[in-house]
Amino acid sequence: MGVMSEPAERGRFGEFGGRFVPESLVPACQEVEAAFRDAWSDDGFRKDLDELLTVYAGRPTPVTPARRLSAELGLTLLLKREDLAHTGSHKINNVLGQALLARRMGKRRLLAETGAGQHGVAAATAAALLGLACVVFMGERDIERQAPNVRRMRMLGATLVPVGSGSRTLKDATNEAMRRWVADTAEAYYCIGSVMGPHPYPWMVREFQRVIGDEARAQVERVPDVVVACVGGGSNAAGTFAGFADTGARLVGVEAAGGAAMTNGSPGVLHGHRSMVLQDAHGQVVEASSVAAGLDYPGIGPEHAHLAAIGRAEYASAGDGEVIEAVHRLARTEGIIPALESAHALAWIVRNAGDLAGLTVLMTLSGRGDKDMEIFQ
Amino acid sequence: MIFTDESTKKLVPYVTGGITGDWADCLRAYRDNGADAIEIGLPFSDPMLDGPTIQEASDRALARGATLDSILTEVRAMRAEVPLIVMTYTNLAIRPGFCARLADAGIAGLIVPDAPLDEVTPIRDAANAAGLDLIPLVAPSTRPDRLRDIAVSAQGFVYAVSVLGTTGERDRLDAGAGPLAAAVRALTELPVLIGFGVSTPEHAAAAVRDADGVVVASALMRRLLDGASPAELGAMVARFRESTRSGTGVRAPESV
Repeated sequence: MGVMSEPAERGRFGEFGGRFVPESLVPACQEVEAAFRDAWSDDGFRKDLDELLTVYAGRPTPVTPARRLSAELGLTLLLKREDLAHTGSHKINNVLGQALLARRMGKRRLLAETGAGQHGVAAATAAALLGLACVVFMGERDIERQAPNVRRMRMLGATLVPVGSGSRTLKDATNEAMRRWVADTAEAYYCIGSVMGPHPYPWMVREFQRVIGDEARAQVERVPDVVVACVGGGSNAAGTFAGFADTGARLVGVEAAGGAAMTNGSPGVLHGHRSMVLQDAHGQVVEASSVAAGLDYPGIGPEHAHLAAIGRAEYASAGDGEVIEAVHRLARTEGIIPALESAHALAWIVRNAGDLAGLTVLMTLSGRGDKDMEIFQ
Repeated sequence: MIFTDESTKKLVPYVTGGITGDWADCLRAYRDNGADAIEIGLPFSDPMLDGPTIQEASDRALARGATLDSILTEVRAMRAEVPLIVMTYTNLAIRPGFCARLADAGIAGLIVPDAPLDEVTPIRDAANAAGLDLIPLVAPSTRPDRLRDIAVSAQGFVYAVSVLGTTGERDRLDAGAGPLAAAVRALTELPVLIGFGVSTPEHAAAAVRDADGVVVASALMRRLLDGASPAELGAMVARFRESTRSGTGVRAPESV
């Protein structure tokens, strides 16, 4: 079984992954897994999804050479432009797949958690498109700092549920969405926004995001030396890496310094899977902290933990200051305002430009920065 | 073996470890008012299966600085004289030496709600090596073949979750609770206890018609969060005790 293919038995990526959920949710997870396996091997489902990705989401997104910034940095920087996808980020790829699956399963309602609001907006969008109801769980702190996306979700008809427990961010929104799912498995489909959660979600979401890496691979003249993507849960990175896992490209995931589960975490079980988790000496999960709400998460998808363990991918982190500088730099050199999340990948490239001199670097620009304008000012 | 006496219906009240300075007095009050065993919640930051009351209880305990060590120190000092069971989540249960430390403090059983049958083997092995029973949960959504597998491998007792939902008080006992308990009772000799939403003595009386006992958690923790003393919680346990006493616990031959 090759790297980034189907997970092993019980949803394992090496020692990570699995299905750590209450007994009440086991049948629901089994139902999702069976439905996904069936759909993913069905040409009709694939065709429907491909069509939506093309005529609705705006795929393929281009690869843009960042010519002026490349000259400044002394390397060749290519940007995979997920910011140009409908709703402004890569999140739409996964959500269209899962919403189609939910409809195929006869579910009436999508449940979703969101941090920066990008997944919530994407879920609300797909629900509107396919005639499903949508309930989005969002931490109160994130609601305060991501107001534009809150307005968009409401306009799209989603019901927003503010979550006031714990750190009032993505971690707690995820807890609350799972609790709601426990009570509503008959009619609701839990649409997880990243490569995390119980099996089959990390695998399924990676497959729905694989389109990023597959497209990029076909769009570049030769395999880049380095492939870089930001990592919260890690869905855009997983999708990007999947397209290059079988090449010699160096794969780099960049976490937020205040939420660097791979750098500062240890193995643990959170939100239904075993992975690297930020936790204290007693095993309590520690609150993450990042200017980017989408990366403000104390865990990471289990496949990333596995890729690190086997040495296929490496993980670094970037701090808030250099990230905001990176946003401004890309805006002024290329006319592109990236999301704070995506700018973590760019900040790492800028910091390591000396070591990367002369190389070709492909970076996934996972989303646009419109939602972050108040933070940039 | 958590319960040695098969002749009575079982009452298992719950308390969140470390929730107040005098929380260990709840253990004494429960014991003195007829608890057959006591469930102690070891607070976790992200309790996936808990509703608002137990979440709040966990948050309060953690904010007070409760840790495994501090909780077990009080447990050890108390000499409970009734079986004690710890409930906590996988992230804490998989820590090295966890089960051995519980056993050392006199804990008899362990419940890990986010470690379902497919993931439970390492925890069960560690629990058994330390002499603890690993008590499984079954849910209304559990399918018959899986119910059998869980019942066959159960230890201590089987915890039948009465509702599809999180812990918390409810207006009435879910109609599915009785049939679920009856289905599990047909598969195991172990006691089957109903939990989740057993909010009043009347609920408990109804539950023990089909089950061997009840677990009462949120109803007690709500009162405690609202300021009730250990003695007042003990009085509440006494009322649950009275309501469950009518059943004998001896199974009718056809249900075995």
